[in-house]
Amino acid sequence: MSSLLEVKNLVKYFPVHSRGILRKKVVAHVHAVDHINFTIKEGETVGLVGESGCGKTTTGKLILYLEKPTSGEILFENNDVIHTLGSGSKEEQLKLRRSMQMIFQNPYASLDPRMTVFDIISEAFKIHRHLPKSEWTERVYKLLRLVGLEEYHAERYPHEFSGGQRQRICVARVLAVEPQFVIADEPVSSLDVSIRAQILNLLIDLQKETGLTQLYISHDLSSVRQISQNVLVMYLGEIVESAPTEELFDHSVHPYTRALISAVPIPDPKRKMDIILLPGEVPSAINPPSGCRFHPRCQYATPKCTAEKPVLDEVHADHFVACHYSSHFL
Amino acid sequence: MDLLKIENLKTYFFTEAGVVKAVDDVSFSVKAGATLGLVGESGSGKSVTTQSVLRIVPRPGKIVGGQILFEGEDVLLKTEKEMKTFRGRNVSLIFQDPTTSLNPLFTIGDQLADIVIEHNDVKKSEALEHVITTLRRVHLPDQEEAVYNYPHQFSGGMKQRICIARALLLNPQLLFADEPTSNLDVTIQAQIITLLKELQEEIGMTLVMITHDMGVVADMCKWVVVFYAGNIMEIGSIDQIFEDPHPYTEALLKAVPRLDQTRRLVSIPGTIPNLIDIPSGCRFHPRCQYTIDACKNIRPPVEDVGDGHFVSCHRWRELHKGG
Repeated sequence: MSSLLEVKNLVKYFPVHSRGILRKKVVAHVHAVDHINFTIKEGETVGLVGESGCGKTTTGKLILYLEKPTSGEILFENNDVIHTLGSGSKEEQLKLRRSMQMIFQNPYASLDPRMTVFDIISEAFKIHRHLPKSEWTERVYKLLRLVGLEEYHAERYPHEFSGGQRQRICVARVLAVEPQFVIADEPVSSLDVSIRAQILNLLIDLQKETGLTQLYISHDLSSVRQISQNVLVMYLGEIVESAPTEELFDHSVHPYTRALISAVPIPDPKRKMDIILLPGEVPSAINPPSGCRFHPRCQYATPKCTAEKPVLDEVHADHFVACHYSSHFL
Repeated sequence: MDLLKIENLKTYFFTEAGVVKAVDDVSFSVKAGATLGLVGESGSGKSVTTQSVLRIVPRPGKIVGGQILFEGEDVLLKTEKEMKTFRGRNVSLIFQDPTTSLNPLFTIGDQLADIVIEHNDVKKSEALEHVITTLRRVHLPDQEEAVYNYPHQFSGGMKQRICIARALLLNPQLLFADEPTSNLDVTIQAQIITLLKELQEEIGMTLVMITHDMGVVADMCKWVVVFYAGNIMEIGSIDQIFEDPHPYTEALLKAVPRLDQTRRLVSIPGTIPNLIDIPSGCRFHPRCQYTIDACKNIRPPVEDVGDGHFVSCHRWRELHKGG
């Protein structure tokens, strides 16, 4: 499989302004995403996990140029995404936008309440003009069936649907442009527990049946395990570990990943939890800790961790870890 | 001994669209010193049950029937003045969202000390002393300085610690925790759960955890009450509901991804019913894989199936005990 998306040294700093109306000065920067690298192969689903504020949503937005990157490179099928979406011609932009789409967290806020489901889905045809008008109805019905809705739903408005059904509409809308790559940002976290499996299974089936490449962003490690083949773990704007899914969950190396995995409660009274408690909380991304950003919360930290930033090293085939002492945890 | 006994509780919301039967004929009890989990999805009635016990059901909701006995006394017969002592001293509550449940205009010390002064008639300095001691119990760092800070100066996890301290100020006998960790990150959730367990061991407090997370329940609770659409589906020990579950509990367990397994999730068809237009018979029947005609017409009673396990299902015996 060839790589579909390549992210190289991607950086996003958000400026923090001083108070006052006139003469606003930039006093600091939030280091939201700080020099991250990864690739996504065609047809695979990659999970991006981390806690709130670690930069996972920003990463998703940067890839689609919904936020302008501070620096770095994003290659989609070897095309420069930042250049094309930033200063390319209208046609080039539309063409690239058609291949990369996003499913948002909140299906209540991401559907226009004044449009019918038919309008919502067919808007894609209107913009991208990849389908003659005579085929719109048939295609909308087909998409609705694909996501598990009925044809008669096309004439309804978003408020007539439950959360799970709305998220299906969002998926249908995304699929309407026939994208190669979809970013799903916490697509199930605002849904009820009994509904989540429906959407997760839908995304898994889409990958299996249509070969759709996905970046699945979530804080919920359990769902990441079900859906992805590879996992990236982010902490405070940086990737600290990446590995194939089974490898990551069964043989995690980075002390942060291990604490994160140990903290997830497992619905089984026979399994004793063995939590690695992390002291304190995620520090501010305005002045991230020196060296390894995880060192203030790491029980193994040494002076070296405070002074030197560890690089992502391959410890096993396809298993990368950013920790000075990764060999101790293998 | 039963510290709290709820019998046939009915709490309805009288909205313009119709009567929402949020809690409809719910009975269960909580033993002193126990950790009980109330499990269910949104709209299942678990939070409204809690609000009913404290008599803080928001309008247009009303408790229309049943009894709530706390140490044998009916809470519903208490005067508003008696309720003031009851809330906080007998029963206390931790809310889901620590950000909105603290007043942004007052310092932590001021708003917590107010509670102590209101109930104990002490001087401000004494009250503040007690607040600091309580904040120490929930491991809030630098308690002496923290009391002079405002809520926005704390992170989510720290705010939840403050909320827990607030609930503990008057040493309540029973503590309700309404989704205390669902707005927090996993590593912070682990900290808060560890704290709750520690407090419970330390003072033998009775704890009722309200949650939709089966993992949290399995980790913390010995007894579980499973709610669905305003009814109780099942009451049992944590082992009973995992080994011989009600069809709804079973479906829920199969639908939740587990970190230690990779398997196809079994989704529950359909959606949670609208509580104005409730399904007849068993409320779960339209989504249940075991539905027979009786399920559609007759509401199954909550039956004792042995060893403290109660199930509301026509087919449970046949499914688990071979008829």
